[in-house]
Amino acid sequence: MNWLAALQLALRALWRNKSRAALTALGVIIGVGSVIAMVSIGTGAQQRIAAQLESMGTNSLMIHAGSVTRGGVRTGAGTITTLTYDDAVAIQDLPGVVAVAPSVRTSAQLRYRGTNWGTAVQGVTPDYFTVSNWTVAEGELFTNAQVTSAAGVCILGKTVARELFGLANPIGESIVMKGIACRVLGVLNEKGATAWGTDQDDQVFVPLTTAQRKLMGITYINHIEVQAASREASYQVINEIKHLLRTRHRLQPDQEDDFIVRNRADLAKTSEESAKVFTYLLGSIASVSLLVGGIGIMNIMLVSVTERTREIGIRMALGARQRDILWQFLLEALVLSSAGGLLGIILGLGSAMMLSHFSSFPIAITPWAVVLAFSFSMLVGMFFGLHPARKASRMKPIEALRYE
Amino acid sequence: MSTDQPIIQMHGLHKSYVMDGVSVHALRGIDLDVQHGEFLAIMGPSGSGKSTLMNVLGCLDVPDKGEYLLNGQDVSRMSSDELALLRNRELGFVFQNFNLLARTSALENVETPLIYAGVHKKERDERSIAMLQRMGLGERLHHLSNQLSGGQQQRVAIARALVTQPSLLLADEPTGNMDTATSNEFLNLLESLNKEEGLTILLITHEPEVAARAQRSMTLRDGVLESDG
Repeated sequence: MNWLAALQLALRALWRNKSRAALTALGVIIGVGSVIAMVSIGTGAQQRIAAQLESMGTNSLMIHAGSVTRGGVRTGAGTITTLTYDDAVAIQDLPGVVAVAPSVRTSAQLRYRGTNWGTAVQGVTPDYFTVSNWTVAEGELFTNAQVTSAAGVCILGKTVARELFGLANPIGESIVMKGIACRVLGVLNEKGATAWGTDQDDQVFVPLTTAQRKLMGITYINHIEVQAASREASYQVINEIKHLLRTRHRLQPDQEDDFIVRNRADLAKTSEESAKVFTYLLGSIASVSLLVGGIGIMNIMLVSVTERTREIGIRMALGARQRDILWQFLLEALVLSSAGGLLGIILGLGSAMMLSHFSSFPIAITPWAVVLAFSFSMLVGMFFGLHPARKASRMKPIEALRYE
Repeated sequence: MSTDQPIIQMHGLHKSYVMDGVSVHALRGIDLDVQHGEFLAIMGPSGSGKSTLMNVLGCLDVPDKGEYLLNGQDVSRMSSDELALLRNRELGFVFQNFNLLARTSALENVETPLIYAGVHKKERDERSIAMLQRMGLGERLHHLSNQLSGGQQQRVAIARALVTQPSLLLADEPTGNMDTATSNEFLNLLESLNKEEGLTILLITHEPEVAARAQRSMTLRDGVLESDG
């Protein structure tokens, strides 16, 4: 029997039971569709993290004020106030350090004429923008002189500019935060949301000293961003910073660090890893529905084999060999699963695109996910079609012919 | 292969089967020779082993003991694939109720054995259409089997049996569910195929008037074949 004839037989048999075939394929359609949609979502998150990693540079370090144990009570990160601007200056002199950006962070309600907007406020030095890969879209950044003088100036993230000013030009306008008037010097270029949905453009930057003295009334800093000369150098720099800060903070050997140094690239790598796990998890949950679709195929094929026992007997009497019968039923299962697979691809891509369109969740359609889901559906058809097909092919012609 | 050799040679053939846990010794030493061009009827009351003999003759089952040569080929030791090949090449079946494939057109029914013979689409169509035209069904090629009358269905069945040009036409109780007129029409057709084309026909029936239309008839009784006069 040639392949074309076998395929034709399978198609005709399925066509005779159109609605049953369609419902059976539906299981595979949903299975393949959900695998593709889920993997697209997971890969999208992964790619966004990778892009962020790229935008941060792979050699930046973060120093946070750490926790401290007092009388057995361990306070949370950032509660300690020993990190100072002078620490940052000292770090600047370490070998392998390119730039240092100390910062403080608070939140405030911004007011501009009739509107207001609550957002995060960062007190930074001009170096911060270089270290964190921020660029100016309009206007200009503040200067070191403005930091020294604790000037009332600010730089807006894109979201803040939009919320307060709409389409109007904010440069030169004065906004008020915590009762302090700040003149808008510039607006930053958009960075977008992080993979976990935090809008990086929803913040406003003021000179470090302005934030410390006028907004927060503190002398310490929360955070220092350090740019190392290279990724390799960053590990050496971490050790040097630890040593330097312990000395400067006069910590005894039995005392814990009162700061935390993290390699930002390593952190991003960790979240990239977890996004990957997330992708596999989503994909494997969706694969279960594909497996259930396969069981549906087996179920229907078993019913079909029993119903068509007489037909099998007739075909055998007319000269069909066992393998002809086997292939006839196996091809029916394969046609069902591959048709289901193709329609599932369309469904999966469609729903992934709909999702990203309506929810701004990042998705990435990767060819390997499509190919993998389709071949998995074929495999499912093959696996679950084999048992019914073998059952059909092993019938005894005399018994099959006598079947009522 | 010489045509002097009988198409069917059966000697001392035994076959038993198990039904509901009881072993039934259905064929107890069958001796049968069928020559080319013969029209033979085998009669027998129900329970005489007719179906079992038909299954063995039709290569749907193998004997337990004894010899069966079909066109000189020893059937008794063949694998199921070899039997399928033999059925496809050497035999044409006409079953009781015709056993056409349901919801399948006349043409597709007739083509089926050619598909298993590996004949290509074009030749398959030509041969099947020619055979159906010969049976007077040239206008009914694409009618589904259930849209055909009883008489038309039997002619599709014969067309399907003959399209592979078999050495032997096996008919198992073909007139069992036919009225007298249709039954006569069918027997006339068999007779003319036998006389005009020298087709070898073996017909199994329990009706003496049907058996009377054959050149030679035999009776199966308690698993043994006896010649009728």
